[in-house]
Amino acid sequence: MNIFNKIKKAKLVGRGGACFSVAVKWEMVKKAAVDKKYVVCNSAEGEPGVKKDGYILEHFPERVVDGMKIAIDFLGAEKAYIYINKDYYKKYGKKLISLIGGAPIELFVKPIDSGYIGGEESSILNAIEGKKVEPRLRPPFPTTNGLFGCPTLVNNVETFHNVSLVASDEYENRRFYTISGDCLHDGVYSFPDSWTIQKILKETRNYPNFPFFVQIGGDASGEVLAVSQLKSQVSGAGSIAVYSIIKHKPTDLIKKWLDFFINESCGQCVPCREGVYRLVEITRSADPDWQLFGDLLDNLSETAFCGLGCAVPVPLKSYIKNVLAKMPENSINLPNGSKKIICECFKSA
Amino acid sequence: MKKIKIKINNQEIECSADKNIYKVAKENGIFIPGLCGHPDFPAKANCRICVVEIKGRKDLTTSCSTKAEDGMEIITDSERVKKARNLNIELIFAEHIEKCPTCVWRVNCALLNFADRYKIEITRFPDRKGSRKIYKFGNSVEIDGTQCIDCRNCIDACSLLQKINYLELKGKGHDQEVVPVKSHRLGGAGKKIDCIYCGQCAVHCPVGSAQEQTHWEMVENALNNKNKIVVAQFAPSIRVSIGEEFNIPYGKTVTGQVISGLRKLGFKHVFDVNFAADITTMVEAQELLERLLSEKNPKSEIRNPKSEMPMFTSCCPAWVKYVEFYHPELIPNLTTSRSPQIHLGGIIKTFWAEKMNINPKNIVVVSVMPCTAKKFESSRKEMKIKGVWPVDYVITTREFAWMLKKNNIDFAKLKSGKPDNPLGEYSGAAAIYGGSGGVMESALRTAQFLACGKSKSKLCEVRLDFKDVRGMAGIKETIVNVAGKNVRVAVVNGIGNIDPILRHLDKYDYIEVMACPGGCIGGGGQPIPTTPETRKKRIEALYRIDKNKKIRKAHENKCAAEALGWLKKQGKLECQVLHTKYKKRS
Repeated sequence: MNIFNKIKKAKLVGRGGACFSVAVKWEMVKKAAVDKKYVVCNSAEGEPGVKKDGYILEHFPERVVDGMKIAIDFLGAEKAYIYINKDYYKKYGKKLISLIGGAPIELFVKPIDSGYIGGEESSILNAIEGKKVEPRLRPPFPTTNGLFGCPTLVNNVETFHNVSLVASDEYENRRFYTISGDCLHDGVYSFPDSWTIQKILKETRNYPNFPFFVQIGGDASGEVLAVSQLKSQVSGAGSIAVYSIIKHKPTDLIKKWLDFFINESCGQCVPCREGVYRLVEITRSADPDWQLFGDLLDNLSETAFCGLGCAVPVPLKSYIKNVLAKMPENSINLPNGSKKIICECFKSA
Repeated sequence: MKKIKIKINNQEIECSADKNIYKVAKENGIFIPGLCGHPDFPAKANCRICVVEIKGRKDLTTSCSTKAEDGMEIITDSERVKKARNLNIELIFAEHIEKCPTCVWRVNCALLNFADRYKIEITRFPDRKGSRKIYKFGNSVEIDGTQCIDCRNCIDACSLLQKINYLELKGKGHDQEVVPVKSHRLGGAGKKIDCIYCGQCAVHCPVGSAQEQTHWEMVENALNNKNKIVVAQFAPSIRVSIGEEFNIPYGKTVTGQVISGLRKLGFKHVFDVNFAADITTMVEAQELLERLLSEKNPKSEIRNPKSEMPMFTSCCPAWVKYVEFYHPELIPNLTTSRSPQIHLGGIIKTFWAEKMNINPKNIVVVSVMPCTAKKFESSRKEMKIKGVWPVDYVITTREFAWMLKKNNIDFAKLKSGKPDNPLGEYSGAAAIYGGSGGVMESALRTAQFLACGKSKSKLCEVRLDFKDVRGMAGIKETIVNVAGKNVRVAVVNGIGNIDPILRHLDKYDYIEVMACPGGCIGGGGQPIPTTPETRKKRIEALYRIDKNKKIRKAHENKCAAEALGWLKKQGKLECQVLHTKYKKRS
């Protein structure tokens, strides 16, 4: 069986967080009727709370390089880049270069200050081309109009690692999980991808004995789930962050997420540049307009330019709906009556 | 292109498959708001107010960046669309500090229009850019950071269109700001960068943040000063563009209304710059012949400016600034002829002043120009004649329209007026000065004639139409016989197209350069929007004027000849009025 059919059969999905079918993506690049093609391995790992790509680069770099070589070979790509953050470059750069050998793969260090958005697929292409690091308008998609206008395959570190396993028939439907937060045994683990959050926390002896909630798939853009919702699988970039309810006050959490987004917004589109600015303004106000707060979040998922902008409401809305709404009024450090108003405003969330 | 059928708001529409939804809607009278888009640039889709719902698609879609597809069903005004659109408009309002009382853009303001159309408050969010800077570029253009909505059209105009790259984004997120690149900083290719004052940023700005440095307030003061004789002169291209500001169809010529409008505003005398365009043509054609016929001594170390080839036109002040800053080695190649507005200003303050027995120091000359760089040109010290500025103030087409609107002058209903004589007559060759290729064509008509006068040969070619130099192509080239020589000419339509010409200067004898696409009709001071379509309509109107003129050659303008004859007898003054100098700037 050729590699493409193997990938298809293994039902590989992208491990950058979007879980897009690897076979479909490869096929789109393969089919693009242009001779010059590129492969890019996204090793930016800019999402807070996700460390599995670094773990893979430390322990299985040969798999990653092998996966890339397979992609280059399959697509007839002219050149490939490992787009890598500076920290990982310092730690694993030498090893990667020695593994690459004579293959047409180049390490490209993620520009300093390019931040969170610097890890977004099309921002990476801009970075390599020396342009302003921010997402591109889609369509056209990178699969047909990527690096220097050529069809480009952008996959994540873990995805290439899995491709290599599939090629040597060693893939066992496992994925890497980063566990962090209020737990004793944080770190990166490998388990079957069918495991539930609950099972993973228990298996790693991280299941708390205090009131808690979790954030899944990234500490910035990930979804917040309550204890009653842990029977699902882990989504996104495969992270589980444990939060103690007592330790993390609602205002602090909302502030934490919004501070992150206001600093990391590239500023290209109105709903993100202006919207997040106003969200922060509302939280600082003596008399917050929660209705407007909700409208601005809705507006981000409705009209933001890129996936990261659309993800801004995810932690906030899910936290309010799944956690805040179920907390007793007296345990919330918000003015009396705020909870009721917030819950009213987020009924539809 | 393949025809497809789509539905917008249940209305069935047939359109070609290469168009985006925004454009199809517009062409079918369905309004979708938009701020960041411009037909000159690829879609950026950053203002997010043109969102629509497409049946079968989960997310809202920006109509400016989405092609219409066969069978698509689009809704532009659902509750969902309205909610998102209005909120984004409200967020944009708060980026823009309203300066309506003195804003020339007020009557046309898209933001006020949206507020009115959708009944939304422009003050839902507190303004957040109050402490932003105003960046001034020379005395011509400015970018007011307190009004910028971050759409980036100015950057596209400066980079993609003009390839000057003077503007850049500093910072990110809500802190981002359009700024000039650090003063004379080294650019990518190791070259320094400076603004050429073309004003393409201004004519592409949807909210008047990038705009001309206005002179209309000073003009109003002058008009109110009883001791001054305030004279207006208007450029060739104004008459085919200003009508757009008053809902007069594109490409309609309104020369008579321009004159009446100026008189209504209080200008005592109104002159047509077309008159001076004929003067410029005469001076420039003469110089072209001198250069063509002068033998260059290859051994001579001293460069004789009167024999440097190719010769460049110099009536576009943005192009002159470009040469002075980026290619000072080409200064000897610029014709020494002054531009039409400076010619006319000089003639008004000498020839006409004497005729009218007025002290030139009491005359205030106001130019109405399609251009922001003309403000820079009029303030160049070397333009002064015996200590007097030929032109005192320059207002753009937009400023002129604003003054009319401000004074409630119903432009469309004005009776046709006539310019003051003797500075009102003009040829068809002058009329086409306002479009790319026009100066070249005018000069060739006259150069051929002048050459015949000098040539001993009886075989003498004189043409009227030079169609090879017309049109909207970026570079136009042809070979024309003048004085028995094959003169290789080129026309650069927009400074963004200059590079290939500069690389092969030895292939040409005479080159016209206009910094703005389409020439002056696409100038930085022209009505907004200025698009490929409006440029085309304006330029067509100019050629219609030319075609219908009895006199179509500059040298047949008797009044111009009279003024030149008078100047000839004035000794040194002749040179001061007709010629100028340039200087290296860096």
